[in-house]
Amino acid sequence: MLPTPSTDHVTFENVYEPAEDSFLLLDTLSSRSEREFLRARFPATAGASPVVLEIGTGSGVVLAFVAANALHILGRSDIMTVATDINSFACHATKKTLQLALASNASENPSAPVPIFLDSINSDLASPLRAGSLDVLIFNPPYVPTEGLPDLSKHDKFNAVTEHGADSFDCNSHMLALSYAGGVDGMEVTNRLLGQIPTLLRKGEGVAYILLCAQNRPDHVKSLVRQWGSGWKVETVGSSGKKAGWERLQVIRIWQ
Amino acid sequence: MKILTLNFVTCARKACKASPAAFPLRPREAELEIVEQDINPLFVRNVLPRLEWDALREVCGELGLQQLPSTAPSPDDLFTTTPAAADTAMADAADAHEPRPSQLLRDLHTLLLETTMRSGKLVCGNCGHEYAVKEGIANFLLPSHLV
Ligand SMILES: C[S@@+](CC[C@H](N)C(=O)[O-])C[C@H]1O[C@@H](n2cnc3c(N)ncnc32)[C@H](O)[C@@H]1O
Ligand SMILES: [Zn+2]
Repeated sequence: MLPTPSTDHVTFENVYEPAEDSFLLLDTLSSRSEREFLRARFPATAGASPVVLEIGTGSGVVLAFVAANALHILGRSDIMTVATDINSFACHATKKTLQLALASNASENPSAPVPIFLDSINSDLASPLRAGSLDVLIFNPPYVPTEGLPDLSKHDKFNAVTEHGADSFDCNSHMLALSYAGGVDGMEVTNRLLGQIPTLLRKGEGVAYILLCAQNRPDHVKSLVRQWGSGWKVETVGSSGKKAGWERLQVIRIWQ
Repeated sequence: MKILTLNFVTCARKACKASPAAFPLRPREAELEIVEQDINPLFVRNVLPRLEWDALREVCGELGLQQLPSTAPSPDDLFTTTPAAADTAMADAADAHEPRPSQLLRDLHTLLLETTMRSGKLVCGNCGHEYAVKEGIANFLLPSHLV
């Protein structure tokens, strides 16, 4: 078992606390089959460093896990990691989680190159990332079906709250709603990202890992991806919470 | 925000995606700091093929940093087999022929991985939109009428 990165410094009042979905991503990315897939796709001998982006990092637990265990997962540690989140508190938390995870990793593994954490970016999805620049994209989205999405007209105000003042209760509930509320079928945010995947990933090389829940209608999502054409493929590569033949959560891998 | 990261980001507006003027974003009122990192020659070598060299040169120019060579270096430029003068006395015969990081590699390490923008703005050359950087974190969220 690989250690789970520490998130003891994070205040979970306004940042998503690692849960079953986060841990399913950790288990899936470090599973034998994904390690073999990633090592074959990004062979260490091929030189150029892979760029790994996680969207919606929350506490940063998933990206920190990938960075700290890059040698185990990708068979190479010369990777560049980037984080985005719409929640500025999550961006700060992520930066700290990555720094801590990489510092303890460096002391345990002095001979291997230390993976690079580029930056935490406060953005909608991957909107500022250069097209075709991503090798691995990871997203544990807000996936719970809800009536409507959080009201973004107040987002700037809440996003800039620094002290626990009068606004802190509303701020916290807004940020937590952003972490789970997925609108119709729980797919409104995920669908926007799916549409951008062919542009964001490096042509013919990039791979995306997306977490879905049963209410997202994963089979339907997968059939839509297969209709993209141009050799796009999709498979379920991890699942948890099996109940009467139904997976409560699953991770799909999308690649060309 | 690291100088290396600036090589991977562009204007968040859809309307700017196709415009060459939107990349790289121009740093303004930048407060820079050096955050020391252990040098990692292999890493610098493997990052090189991922870089848009001209964009990196432009950003360096805007920030008044060192002038970079006009074309991207080749891997051979990153290592030297001539021992640095100060090391000669200590290096034994075998060690002296080991490739060692060249000055260019050291400079790239400092520029790409140690030089960070603590605060300032990143401006799109196409639409003029300004993105704020505070405490090292850039805010790329757009007001709804610009999305
Ligand atoms: C289910 S949480 C996952 C957090 C973390 N990755 C984990 O696995 O524990 C979803 C995250 O996505 C972020 N998020 C929601 N909508 C987003 C958007 N449009 N762009 C970027 N991040 C978003 C939330 O702030 C939250 O941190
Ligand atoms: Zn623009």
